[in-house]
Amino acid sequence: MEMYRSHVMICRGTGCTSSNSEQIVKNFEEEIKKHGIENEITVERTGCFGLCALGPIVIIYPEASFYSLVKPEDVEEIVKEHLVKGRVVKRLLYAESVDGDTIKSINDVEFYKKQYRIALKNCGVINPEDIDEYIAFDGYKALEKVLTSMKPEEVVDTIKRSGLRGRGGGGFSTGMKWDFTAKAAGDKKYVLCNADEGDPGAFMDRSVLEGDPHSVIEAMAIAGYAVGSNQGYIYCRAEYPIAVKRMTIAIMQAREYGLLGKNILGTGYEFDLEIRLGAGAFVCGEETALIASIEGERGMPRPRPPFPAIKGLFGKPTLLNNVETYANICQIILNGAEWFASMGTEKSKGTKVFALGGKINNTGLVEIPMGTTMREIVFEIGGGIPEGKKFKAAQTGGPSGGCIPAEHLDVPIDYDNLIALGSMMGSGGLIVMDEDNCMVDIARFFLDFTDDESCGKCTPCREGTKRMLEILEKIAEGKGEMSDIDKLENLAKNIKASALCGLGQTAPNPVLSTLKYFKDEYVAHIKDKKCPAGVCTALLNYIVIDEKCKSCGICAKQCPVNAISGQKGVPYLIDTEKCIKCGACLSKCPFKAIYKG
Amino acid sequence: MKSIQELEEIRKRTLDTINVRKDRSGTRVVVGMATCGIAAGARPVLLAVIDEVKNNNLADVVVAQTGCIGMCRLEPILEVYKPGEEKVTYVKVTASKAKRIMNEHVILGKVVEEYTIGASEQ
Repeated sequence: MEMYRSHVMICRGTGCTSSNSEQIVKNFEEEIKKHGIENEITVERTGCFGLCALGPIVIIYPEASFYSLVKPEDVEEIVKEHLVKGRVVKRLLYAESVDGDTIKSINDVEFYKKQYRIALKNCGVINPEDIDEYIAFDGYKALEKVLTSMKPEEVVDTIKRSGLRGRGGGGFSTGMKWDFTAKAAGDKKYVLCNADEGDPGAFMDRSVLEGDPHSVIEAMAIAGYAVGSNQGYIYCRAEYPIAVKRMTIAIMQAREYGLLGKNILGTGYEFDLEIRLGAGAFVCGEETALIASIEGERGMPRPRPPFPAIKGLFGKPTLLNNVETYANICQIILNGAEWFASMGTEKSKGTKVFALGGKINNTGLVEIPMGTTMREIVFEIGGGIPEGKKFKAAQTGGPSGGCIPAEHLDVPIDYDNLIALGSMMGSGGLIVMDEDNCMVDIARFFLDFTDDESCGKCTPCREGTKRMLEILEKIAEGKGEMSDIDKLENLAKNIKASALCGLGQTAPNPVLSTLKYFKDEYVAHIKDKKCPAGVCTALLNYIVIDEKCKSCGICAKQCPVNAISGQKGVPYLIDTEKCIKCGACLSKCPFKAIYKG
Repeated sequence: MKSIQELEEIRKRTLDTINVRKDRSGTRVVVGMATCGIAAGARPVLLAVIDEVKNNNLADVVVAQTGCIGMCRLEPILEVYKPGEEKVTYVKVTASKAKRIMNEHVILGKVVEEYTIGASEQ
């Protein structure tokens, strides 16, 4: 047996890779060779650890030392001190894990303490390009259990009883979906995986595919057995090159081991998988559009019913689940439906992965039991808002969701509570906003996105989102009227009621929820012609505070349009007519004598 | 094609090599590896420890290093932490002494008194 006294795990997820973790891997390998300890220490490329804000991340076992913000030039010191001499390099450790003289275990750090990892169980622990490591941590044991000791209907029943709901957005019961597809009549059936993660700010599916691809393959094989299918497709966006590469490697390794293909594990069951690449259209995350795209058609939705469970890919019964949904399946099979159902709230079981982004200290991925409050996520796990700014709202569900204001911070998060608040779970993107975010601007941003991504098939979505966007732009420019608010609400209701697919039906949500909780900001834009957060440039003026101005003239030199004039001894003056509101003067003023408002 | 038994073998074999990434409750064998320890010959000791772990498939044993604990004259120092037992410190360890410590103390649970710090101080 190969035996290494120490394992160096280096994150090669997209986040850490873009901050040069591949160079870190190379430096580790070189330095370790230099010291002649390559037979004692192994270096492994692994998936996302979740704390992306502090990447690149390196974890060294057996101490489980958590190094953050590692630079290639730090490697020499880590190897020399930690690996050769056994002295942890405290200066490079994740600051939260160092408490005076003692070093806390990762699991005691605030960011990880409240997390419970099911879908992300193997992310950051195994090398995703080595099937043996996945197998070692109980990989393919669930498939083995299903094929040797369970009937297809028992599998469906287990998933049903677990209470698992779709993690991609809608939150439909996964077990029911499996049941419908299993019972649908058809000689050929398909199992699909939706990896067309399109919500701005959401990246949990990418991390699962990159960090633990076999968990999705195994779950799809189990799904195939349960519903009576022997062919699956993973529909992944082409913008995820690392995910596609790891998944391709994983599929090849699974085929080599006979875990995909004919007569799997000698049981006679046959199942194979292929990857289909999407070209990055948001609408292709909608199930019927996704199916059309796999068929080679233009990615557009069609009316339902018939639902894909009855008539899906190539007109055959089709099961379609999201990546994160699949990532839960094997654990449910191994640990039982009751185990999974014991976590979470009454109607939302298990855990959910959230991608924390925006104005938050610990940007990254967290997996928490359903029913955790927004306050715990933002202020405990997320580490609060940078620079001591005030929390204004959290946006969940991306362009289909809405904002949750400060007064609802203590609501336990699950599917139904979020809908009651006018938002939705969506895929789990969570964007935190502080006092510097303008809610009209946020609504405009999301409408701009859905208007751009609308496929154009149905009129309410194609025309409606465009009209809503125009009104929002008008308000942001200070040309709005009070009647525009009614118009927005009216349009929103009609689009919701009449659009063909989920994209259009949910597109007005960002507007409706900001109107519900932050109407005063709309009114300020319309009546006072002011943007309280100082974001909408058309409503801003840069003004010199006379008492603070020392007449140094730095601002005038910075101004690209010569809008600032003045002379020694007299406060400078900004010509608001000429000013293009670039903000250069404000950032350069040494005396903080310029403000915007 | 792999059979279920073959899969189980891969599982066992790989788990032995990557088990170090899991929380374990087993024995910790710690070798002092500061400059003093290395100069006194800690590396052959460490390698001997790893060899014994390998040869005996001691999947639950963690091999770790530590820095200087201030008794440089007694290096190489090797410490054995068994769950629920007092730490045992061995001094002036060599590769062959390390082998005996691994076989008698770590595996069979019998402390090798003559190599311990207590014995050397008398």
